[in-house]
Amino acid sequence: MPRTTLQNVLCTFCASGCDNLEITYDGRIVDSARNGCAISVSRFTTADESRILKPLVRKGRTLRPTTFAGSIDRAARILHNAKYPLLYGWSQTSCEAISKGIELAELVGGLIDNTTTSCHGPTILGVQDAGEATCTLGEVRHSADLIIYWACNPVHSHPRHTDRYTIFSEGRFRKTRKDRKLIVVDVRKTDTAKLADRFIQIQPNGDYELLTALRTAIKGEEIEQDSVAGVPVDTIEEIADMMMECEFGALFFGLGLTMSMGKHRNTEAALALVRDLNYVTKFVVVPMRGWFNVTGANEVSTWQTGYPYAVDLTQGYPRFNPGDTSAIDALARGEVDAALVVASDPVSHFPRAAAKSLLEIPIVTVEPKRTPTSDASEVVIPSAIIGVEAAGTIYRIDGVPLEAKKVIEPPLGVRTDEEILDAIIRRVKKMGARR
Amino acid sequence: MPGLEVTVISGRSLSQARSRERGKFSDEYSRSVAICEIDPDDVKELGALEGENVRVKTEFGEVVLRATISRQAPHRRIVFIPYGAWASMLFGTSTHTSGMPTLKGLKATLERAPEAKVASLQEITSMKTK
Repeated sequence: MPRTTLQNVLCTFCASGCDNLEITYDGRIVDSARNGCAISVSRFTTADESRILKPLVRKGRTLRPTTFAGSIDRAARILHNAKYPLLYGWSQTSCEAISKGIELAELVGGLIDNTTTSCHGPTILGVQDAGEATCTLGEVRHSADLIIYWACNPVHSHPRHTDRYTIFSEGRFRKTRKDRKLIVVDVRKTDTAKLADRFIQIQPNGDYELLTALRTAIKGEEIEQDSVAGVPVDTIEEIADMMMECEFGALFFGLGLTMSMGKHRNTEAALALVRDLNYVTKFVVVPMRGWFNVTGANEVSTWQTGYPYAVDLTQGYPRFNPGDTSAIDALARGEVDAALVVASDPVSHFPRAAAKSLLEIPIVTVEPKRTPTSDASEVVIPSAIIGVEAAGTIYRIDGVPLEAKKVIEPPLGVRTDEEILDAIIRRVKKMGARR
Repeated sequence: MPGLEVTVISGRSLSQARSRERGKFSDEYSRSVAICEIDPDDVKELGALEGENVRVKTEFGEVVLRATISRQAPHRRIVFIPYGAWASMLFGTSTHTSGMPTLKGLKATLERAPEAKVASLQEITSMKTK
């Protein structure tokens, strides 16, 4: 096959949705990913490494190759026989596959949760309480003259965010770095903080207090302390002035708010700060969502069940009660008796006690590459990498849907997540009503 | 010297993300993830050397990691560990009714452990037999 170059390819790593990659490939090997960040280049050029090439089923202590039909049958039996199966992952696959996953959860009467639960779940809870004054990233690029990165480090997590949408982008009304101011709030002087006009170093777990102090300053009220969360009151008042004096401000916040003490109260405070600022000037907020389709997982889940994540379908109708119907809580209580993991690695990333609970139940993993979760599974079904070997719809950080392209063929016999889930659904339906 | 009281922050790093794409069982992944980034002044106070192993302990667990001197400093008494199976050893499952465990801002102790070994990914995730 001749060397081929494909233009305007979407990167499927983070949720920034960079869709101007130029991918050159020869057969199944990608040579280069121009315009991509370091992570993007690695994603495309090492797509063929560490792959699972055959469906596997556990026999004793080892995983042995089986047929596709054999793996689907075993997976369907595990889910069909379970009383409280967990269907987890979903943020690194297409909306089409997520839709199938929810259908399957309904069919087997399971708990379906996506990685939002250990990411921006508290942001969604905050939005439900405080609302969200937001816009698309294009509007930020063209109009924002003040950018705030709070508790996030996009130089590492979303490497092209600054040059596509914020300080280094060429917008219609803001053309260069000089046209924008950047404030970074973090506990460390991160590589993003090094780019800032003002860096505010905050004490760990101090976000709620600092956000509340800023709201106080913006309302013109006195802060009756010398400092808040390690930040002098003079600095807080100066930052509040910068916020009120800008023409168009954009606050991007990350997992420093959702993963530290306060969680959804922190995000609610950030959203309320932006709401307050809109009485004075134009201000928007965009959470820095992580995986390339975590936003899509919330969208599809909301269309089909009414709730964005942590949806319990065991009663035949959807229930949403994070802390109860969320993956880590249900695992920690030892209630889950089987799991389907699609495009995720909870054995590595869940807190030890939840991961341990997962290791005691049968797991079905649908995943392109070998992970600790696939190693611990009863059934492993290899899948094509979305955006590299399979097309599909994904949602960018700001809720804009984009089309992920198929660039190269998947390894021989490897199917897409959507096809695999569809096969499991058909097999479960043939098994008839649950006990 | 006794350990230091620190706060643990876990998070994404560029090298963690890049090496994850290559494969979680690659050497590059372990080298990028089984590390503890420490403020340069805290490294001095601890009397540790770059590349030496350290032990981080929380109320939920402990883990041995390779110490690196942070290039994103200052952050006195804060240590950064990339997301992954090693960091997960330190966190509890309480989500305060949010679904989200506390993966940043947890109290911990940090001590030198030059004789201890950093567990491989297989070792750290194979808890089935205990």
